[in-house]
Amino acid sequence: MIGIMTTYGPLLLQAMGQTLLLALLGLFFGCILGIIFGLASVVDNKLSRTISAIYVNVIRGVPMIVLAFFVFYGVPYGLRTLFDTRYVLTSLQAGTICLALNCGAYMSEIIRAGIQAIDPGQMEAARSLGLSYWRSMFRVVLPQAIKNMIPSIVNQFIITLKDTSILSVIGFPELVNKAQNVIAITFKSFEMWAIVAVMYLVVILALQQVAKALERRLNRGRR
Amino acid sequence: MVADKNKVKISVKNLTKKFGHNNVLNGISIDIYEGEVVCVIGPSGSGKSTFLRCINKLENATSGEIVVGEHHINDKKLNINKVRENIGMVFQHFNLFANMNVLDNLMLAPVDLKKKSKEEARENALRLLETVGLSDKTESYPSQLSGGQKQRVAIARALAMSPDIMLFDEPTSALDPEMVGEVLAVMKDLAKKGMTMVVVTHEMGFAREVADRVLFIDEGVILEEGSPEEIFSSPKHPRTIDFLNKVL
Repeated sequence: MIGIMTTYGPLLLQAMGQTLLLALLGLFFGCILGIIFGLASVVDNKLSRTISAIYVNVIRGVPMIVLAFFVFYGVPYGLRTLFDTRYVLTSLQAGTICLALNCGAYMSEIIRAGIQAIDPGQMEAARSLGLSYWRSMFRVVLPQAIKNMIPSIVNQFIITLKDTSILSVIGFPELVNKAQNVIAITFKSFEMWAIVAVMYLVVILALQQVAKALERRLNRGRR
Repeated sequence: MVADKNKVKISVKNLTKKFGHNNVLNGISIDIYEGEVVCVIGPSGSGKSTFLRCINKLENATSGEIVVGEHHINDKKLNINKVRENIGMVFQHFNLFANMNVLDNLMLAPVDLKKKSKEEARENALRLLETVGLSDKTESYPSQLSGGQKQRVAIARALAMSPDIMLFDEPTSALDPEMVGEVLAVMKDLAKKGMTMVVVTHEMGFAREVADRVLFIDEGVILEEGSPEEIFSSPKHPRTIDFLNKVL
């Protein structure tokens, strides 16, 4: 075990770096998608609510590994057949797209539920004073909703971080992908997977601590 | 209490409202004058609250005409937010902003809508809190207040925009009986100062004492209207008589 760690430690750490990079990119764009589609699912507009519902249901209904194959292999191939383009996606680009689409759909649901859990009277009171819909949303409804959303958002962050492992199938050099390579050379399957598991665990526990501190800070002085 | 019969403040003509196949309002027409206090009474589900909420367009009227000041409320080109700045509303369940303390509840709209500078809004808010007897609660959050205190803050919040009309939607229905008095006292005070008020209420004592006019609404129409004396002492419509017998 010590042998593996000294020989492959730097490689594994680098792979963890790639995992975190992919997770951060996926979370960043996923949050943007989540906010857009989450808000689109609560406004008083049937079209935007329908579009949002379709997005969420399609992503929820397709396993991410299928989405990954589709984006990485399927889409460039389809474009080549249809439009004779030579465009290919790197595994980082395809991975980011998959992760962001996936994370965005679940975030959108978290945001929708968070907003809808706030008493409609809060919005009405703000509107009755003359504030516009969006001013009421940003000044009154969202500050209350976000506080309730944080545990679910942290949960989604953790799931997205772990979901990066699925993208080993399109050859992105993240932790699982690299571990498989090392095992192919060393045959030390037990040790490698144990090390990989511990590495994920450490990062996620650290993330949870940060989230807890953040939550405590937001709740200070309220209620 | 001194209504100016020459100045119509709110004019409602043939107002109807449907929720799906459910007809809530079936043609309501009434003129409310400047400085007048109108109390709306009637059984639950009669459309009292819906009528009130149509006035500031929290509900869209299905048909009919509502004119507040010179603004046609159902005109699609109307900027309803501007009109709402002059129509205060007080809700049954207070609806204080839970994420803000009392002072910020009062300052949000005047500052956000640039009606007042921060200092002005603050001064105005403190003065209003004094008039409703809550000067010591400026830093409290809504969850730390009693029902009666919340409703007094809610009234002050509506007044912070210096509206010329106040709508009250069953302001005392969610209060413990011992807290009803303090809220009604604030409203009485407001009526004395000449505010135009439309009050949906189950407080018959308040209606009798403070109202210039009482409307009895049932099944989405005004069945009877008149001075408190006329409505409470000599009601004419059998439905009114029946209702008053049950609640008085």
